[in-house]
Amino acid sequence: MSALTREETQALIQEVLEVYPEKAKKDRAKHLAVNDQSVEQSKKCITSNRKSLPGVMTVRGCAYAGSKGVVWGPIKDMIHISHGPVGCGQYSRAGRRNYYVGHTGINTFGTMNFTSDFQEKDIVFGGDKKLDKLISEIEGLFPLSKGISVQSECPIGLIGDDIEAVSKKQSKALDKPVVPVRCEGFRGVSQSLGHHIANDAIRDWVIGNRDGDESFQVGPYDVAVIGDYNIGGDAWSSRILLEEMGLRVVAQWSGDGTLSEMELTPKVKLNLIHCYRSMNYISRHMEEKYGVPWMEYNFFGPTKIAESLRKIAAAFDETIQANAEKVIAKYTAEYEAIIAKYRPRLEGKKVMLYVGGLRPRHVIGAYEDLGMEVVGTGYEFAHNDDYDRTIKEMGNATLLYDDVTGYEFEEFVKKVKPDLIGSGIKEKYIFQKMGIPFRQMHSWDYSGPYHGYDGFAIFARDMDMTINNPCWKKLQAPWQQPADQEAAPLAASA
Amino acid sequence: MPNVMIRKNDAGDLLFYVAKKDMEETIASVELDNAEQWGGEVELTDGSRWYIDPISPPPAFPTTLRFKRGDE
Repeated sequence: MSALTREETQALIQEVLEVYPEKAKKDRAKHLAVNDQSVEQSKKCITSNRKSLPGVMTVRGCAYAGSKGVVWGPIKDMIHISHGPVGCGQYSRAGRRNYYVGHTGINTFGTMNFTSDFQEKDIVFGGDKKLDKLISEIEGLFPLSKGISVQSECPIGLIGDDIEAVSKKQSKALDKPVVPVRCEGFRGVSQSLGHHIANDAIRDWVIGNRDGDESFQVGPYDVAVIGDYNIGGDAWSSRILLEEMGLRVVAQWSGDGTLSEMELTPKVKLNLIHCYRSMNYISRHMEEKYGVPWMEYNFFGPTKIAESLRKIAAAFDETIQANAEKVIAKYTAEYEAIIAKYRPRLEGKKVMLYVGGLRPRHVIGAYEDLGMEVVGTGYEFAHNDDYDRTIKEMGNATLLYDDVTGYEFEEFVKKVKPDLIGSGIKEKYIFQKMGIPFRQMHSWDYSGPYHGYDGFAIFARDMDMTINNPCWKKLQAPWQQPADQEAAPLAASA
Repeated sequence: MPNVMIRKNDAGDLLFYVAKKDMEETIASVELDNAEQWGGEVELTDGSRWYIDPISPPPAFPTTLRFKRGDE
């Protein structure tokens, strides 16, 4: 159970809100809540997906980040043009570590940056001619690309360029899909709308490409892995489990994925969704148009993996169900050894999370498998349906924070005193300097994979080496330490 | 008049999903739900009411339909 009672947590929220002016306090109060598992619908206790107001610090991204960075970017055999000024593409280039196999610059382009590098004259006279020329140049330099997507940056929408017309013309000329994506950064309140726009672009320009083409040999056990971006190899460590079960993974969306995989997805028997937030839209569309059912799963930590494998197997026949049990049995000794090794070192440690997408709820099971407890969690850009799913996973009287501000997060941490924080690069150094062990949970702190049984071993090792690192005892100068205490624990200096 | 996607969940209940609003609710009751037609007044578990002209024959779910707000 959590160390704080419901009243204490409520009081903590009130205390943190105290510094705000009246209006801001009223607004922020709606985004902070004490978890109550008896609440069925999250909208009764927490507000989400609202615009962040100027004056509070937010770590949210933009629609372009959601489309180019998350959904489209990892599709490795397409070229994604960051259409607009050079910075948006360059500063986000390859930062998400979506691993892939291939020869970069020959047949895969994941870590490269293509941009139209807008100048003043392009803003004044329009950039359509430049885009047209750019696409022709790409075709000349990289003839093995399977398609091109045009990811709009803010100015494109502001000056009213007609990227659709250019795309259509070039698509015909090159005989390749050229997909215009209207993901200008100013749209929506966070990257979440970018996911939606990207999904809609896939729906309109990709999904229907092979309708009526029956040349693909469909099998009874075809599945697609959707919403796994292969960060540090996540999709690979998930995929092997599904394949060991006897399923055939037709497509990976979109980590290490290809355009043709995506076009074939409507022909699978079941869509498996890991990141619900960014890819539920396309799954709903495939269910409606092609009758492909979808299912959410969770491959973090052995408890949730076993649960998910059984749930996935239940959608197929008895052979698969028997295989699922075999897979779980095969890895049991392996993960029990990991738990036996790390659990004594991590037992009872408290964790606070603040990430995006699926992780604030999906990794809870993995921490619990190691005997750790998640005492606070929150999303950057979740909607109500994400919180609906989170409330059940979190313990009673734990903290929930939506689009938390820099100030609030720091105050919560000072009061709750967790043993570990899992968040992103923007939070990392603040908390490390406060003397609190920190892991980046967006990029796995340049480690990974964390999905699957193989990933769990790495996850457990990483958490141990972060929390039990001797450096946390060295934060205070020896002459400042109280004499009766060998090494002051963390937060003493904060 | 939002576009609403109606789909069945694992338990067999109908879900009422409005993509623009990210609203997903379970349908509590449908006025007309028989072999000939489907529609009329639809009440959701959160208490809101929506209306659609009865469709005949009943549509196959999942499908997207245009609903009106019940109080319009």
